[in-house]
Amino acid sequence: MAEVKSPIPGTFYRRPSPEEPPFKSEGDSVAVGDVVGLVEVMKSFIEVKSEVAGTIKSFTVENEQPVTAGAVVAELDD
Amino acid sequence: MAIRKLFVANRGEIAVRVVKAAQALGIRAVQAYSEADADMLAVRLAEESVCVGPPQAAKSYLDKEGLVRAAKEAGCDAVHPGYGFLAENADFAAMVEAAGLVFVGPSAATIRKMGDKAAARAAAIAAGVPVVPGSDGRVASVDAAVEAAETVGYPVMIKAAAGGGGRGIRVAGDEAELRKLAPQAQQEAQAAFGDGGLYLERAIVEARHIEVQILGDGTRAVHCYERECSLQRRRQKVWEEAPAACLTTDRREELCASAVALAESVGYRGAGTLEYLYDERTGEFFFIEMNTRIQVEHPVSEMITGIDLVAWMIRIAGGEALSMAQTDIAIDGHAIEVRINAEDPANGFMPFPGVVGALDVPEGPGLRFDGMIYEGYQIPPFYDSLLGKLIVHAGDRAAAIEAMAAALDRFSVEGLKTTIPLHKALARDEAVRAGAFHTQFLEPWLEAHPLTAQQ
Repeated sequence: MAEVKSPIPGTFYRRPSPEEPPFKSEGDSVAVGDVVGLVEVMKSFIEVKSEVAGTIKSFTVENEQPVTAGAVVAELDD
Repeated sequence: MAIRKLFVANRGEIAVRVVKAAQALGIRAVQAYSEADADMLAVRLAEESVCVGPPQAAKSYLDKEGLVRAAKEAGCDAVHPGYGFLAENADFAAMVEAAGLVFVGPSAATIRKMGDKAAARAAAIAAGVPVVPGSDGRVASVDAAVEAAETVGYPVMIKAAAGGGGRGIRVAGDEAELRKLAPQAQQEAQAAFGDGGLYLERAIVEARHIEVQILGDGTRAVHCYERECSLQRRRQKVWEEAPAACLTTDRREELCASAVALAESVGYRGAGTLEYLYDERTGEFFFIEMNTRIQVEHPVSEMITGIDLVAWMIRIAGGEALSMAQTDIAIDGHAIEVRINAEDPANGFMPFPGVVGALDVPEGPGLRFDGMIYEGYQIPPFYDSLLGKLIVHAGDRAAAIEAMAAALDRFSVEGLKTTIPLHKALARDEAVRAGAFHTQFLEPWLEAHPLTAQQ
């Protein structure tokens, strides 16, 4: 099973902005390079991209929760 | 009422600065901290500390009720807001006062008035302080625009009276250009907003950012001269100096006197900064806004005047009147501050919230470091990237730049990417050394002088 990891510590967001839908939901297919979420670090927003293709099985971090560098934010089915 | 116990409602380097200033005055410091900040330097230095919530600033450093409650429970008699967070929040200042505590800063009414751009502009005009010239309301025709531009002065910015933001702004250098551009602007405004009315404002091309530091006790105010902060990236100041080398003595006196007039006209209490745009070609300065708090770059003013601004904020809040006259305050030499941020300038200024490794901060005469780091400290990712400020003070500007370059070479922090390479490159740059820059200088300079990982 593949995983999407945060490249940097900070606060994880699943939406581009509070008014918009999530980048990805469970069951959505993901291509290499697709944006899965954002991490806010020191007032900057860094995109969290998938390095593999698959289907999102589950998110392992809730919206607006702190993440560490390398933390798994989503699990993918191949 | 002299303050005995001060609650510090901020974090990072400014919290360290405030804690030390309080202690030097014989005041006990109670440091607020979030769950992510339990290890921060200010917590280690303060006599007491109180956790005020989770890492997210909205639930800790921005939680007005929680902070006031924590200050009361700790037995404090005053609250220092630092900068950022709630420092310019009039409601917070009012809540602190309503709880029977002293807010270290101006009154809530002053914060509200000077925080409102239109109200601040009106206060400036009433105090005789120049503001960016604009048309008196909307202009409805091209001829009216030409007539207004005669008073406003070229080059003029043409804006839609009904619009907002920077949309559709045009700049006309003379009447012929205005006659050509105004009809286009009218048509566009009509199409976009259903109102073809225009507004004209003087375009200050290649403006410098110059700001005046003032201290007021509610009755009288003095200035501690000006700072030049034109080197900015994404509207964030990068490198700051005092005094502004581009000003003549006469112009400096005029500028600083205007700031004192405005501060006294609003009965200003505490430390404050009036920001101006300066047009070097015409020698004109224009008030743009006031910051009703201590600023990041306050140390350069302290270095050239010998006045401890943070100590004075606390003393004034405790009821003291200013003891110094304006004639007691003189400029001694030149000071420069650079902001050392945990960012990688060779990688698009990517934030770098790492662990501080071996740390060697240069010390010596004319050197000062206002920082928040120590060896082994894990920098939290939740707040801004400012690690500290390196400040140098020397006899003149050229000597200050040399001192800055030498201090940067001796400054070593392992384990992190920082903006030190940017400052080293700026200290070597001919235009920077000549003082030939303005607010639009740094971003194109960064494009033309990409920083590499080797620097």
